Amino acid sequence: MKAIRILSRGIRDAFKSVIRNFSLSTAAITCSSITLILVAVAMIISYNVNHITNDLEKELTIVVYLKQTCAEEQKEEFKNKLEMMKNNNVEEYKYKSKDEWKLEMKEYSDTFSTALDYLDTNPLLDSVTIYVKDVNLLKETTDEIKQLDYVESADYGEGMAENLVKVFDIIEKVTIIIVLALVLVTAFLIGNTIRLTIFSRRNEIEIMRLVGASNTSIRLPFLFEGLFLGILGSIIPILITVYGYVLLYDHFNGYLFTQIIRLTEPFNFILNVSGILLVIGAIIGMFGSYHAVRKYLKI
Amino acid sequence: MELIEIKNCYKVYNNGVTAIADLNLKIDKGEFVFVIGASGSGKSTLIKMLYREEKPTNGSVFVGGINVAKLRNAKVFKLRRKLGIVFQDFKLLPKLTVFENVAFALESIGIQKKEIRPKVIKALENVGLKDKMRSFPNQLSGGEQQRVCIARAMVNEPKLLICDEPTGNLDPDISKEIVDILDKINKESGTTIIMATHDRDIVNKMKKRVLLLQNGVLVSDDKKGSYKVHEGN
Repeated sequence: MKAIRILSRGIRDAFKSVIRNFSLSTAAITCSSITLILVAVAMIISYNVNHITNDLEKELTIVVYLKQTCAEEQKEEFKNKLEMMKNNNVEEYKYKSKDEWKLEMKEYSDTFSTALDYLDTNPLLDSVTIYVKDVNLLKETTDEIKQLDYVESADYGEGMAENLVKVFDIIEKVTIIIVLALVLVTAFLIGNTIRLTIFSRRNEIEIMRLVGASNTSIRLPFLFEGLFLGILGSIIPILITVYGYVLLYDHFNGYLFTQIIRLTEPFNFILNVSGILLVIGAIIGMFGSYHAVRKYLKI
Repeated sequence: MELIEIKNCYKVYNNGVTAIADLNLKIDKGEFVFVIGASGSGKSTLIKMLYREEKPTNGSVFVGGINVAKLRNAKVFKLRRKLGIVFQDFKLLPKLTVFENVAFALESIGIQKKEIRPKVIKALENVGLKDKMRSFPNQLSGGEQQRVCIARAMVNEPKLLICDEPTGNLDPDISKEIVDILDKINKESGTTIIMATHDRDIVNKMKKRVLLLQNGVLVSDDKKGSYKVHEGN
């Protein structure tokens, strides 16, 4: 019963304080809104970059052509080797014989078809497409395959795709750092605001301490105040995230620049982002005020 | 039985000043004790150690069975609920009425609302301020403000009332009035009262136990002491 009384008193006092120090509260809410909007943007970028990177990584394969002279048993040997490499970096592979290629090319164009008919032997090569587990080891895996003497060539999308993945990796890391920095800034801002409201109530706190109020019951109203400020500060960023991202997604039709770069679907995703924003707002509000009150509880 | 027991107590401030040196003291339940001494003699430090605004550097200070020297900051409230404190500067909240100021003490420690009102009214009656309970502190005289402070200190019915120069800001007639109220509280409810003061007239008139501090040392402990006796020191 007593705990409930102290709790309800804390909530009531927190509301009073938010309203009584209206301009100060507005300042704190605005500051945290702005930082949380940036946090939201950074989170959306980070998540999408991650998504795009994953998509791109799926597209990265090694294409191996076997030599014309390659015997049937060597082909079998190669397949066996790939099976064994599944323990390493090979996720999956697809074998396509030169006869299959020939048929496909004939269907593709009549000119090819006639040209190929004139030749007695099939000039095309057997090929294997290899999907890898870890894109970062793409080069090593390719080099390993290249060393086999019945392999004519082994190539992966050297250059563009690989670099893109690297760039995205950096973008992702940078955005995470930015998000963390912004979270700290917001905590500091809310803490500062609470410090000001505490300063105007320091006599009250002193008397509470002297008449025997426990630290918890003194701290509670300020914790709730921080919580309210944090939650109120996250409302605008959440609205902007929800409406903004849906608009953005619809505007681009789900693709950014090309068909390859797909954006994350808005639903569930924005709900998660909103939830995270709310939690960040609440936690940093409480953390900021917890820190600010501490100094005044040593009378 | 002792309410307060101080053993080999030293207090040295961070700046090197020794405020209390080797203090040994026992105060029984129901006593009325004056603590006198010149400025800087350590009487404020002694008073502050009793409600743990200051911690002793060495030795022990037991108040109602709690060792103040070992009391953690988060547990201080347990000590403070057992005692009432009256300050020289009253420490009333200017935006609250007299009633609210006294009720604030009970609200802060989580007493139920319906219990608060009768307790506050009784406490205000005891100091003769019931008809002023809707006034704000700045509408009262100094003596009346001090009486509100006493009511707030007594509202929770503590066993010990600590007064840190309660008459320091008041003229002699009003001071007498305040001390009479304290005396009445001491006699009627058996509350132990410790009062630090500069006021020799009051000390002489009351004929109570007097502790004289000089440079942090307890130089005399007189059961029916007066200020004049020590003037030669």
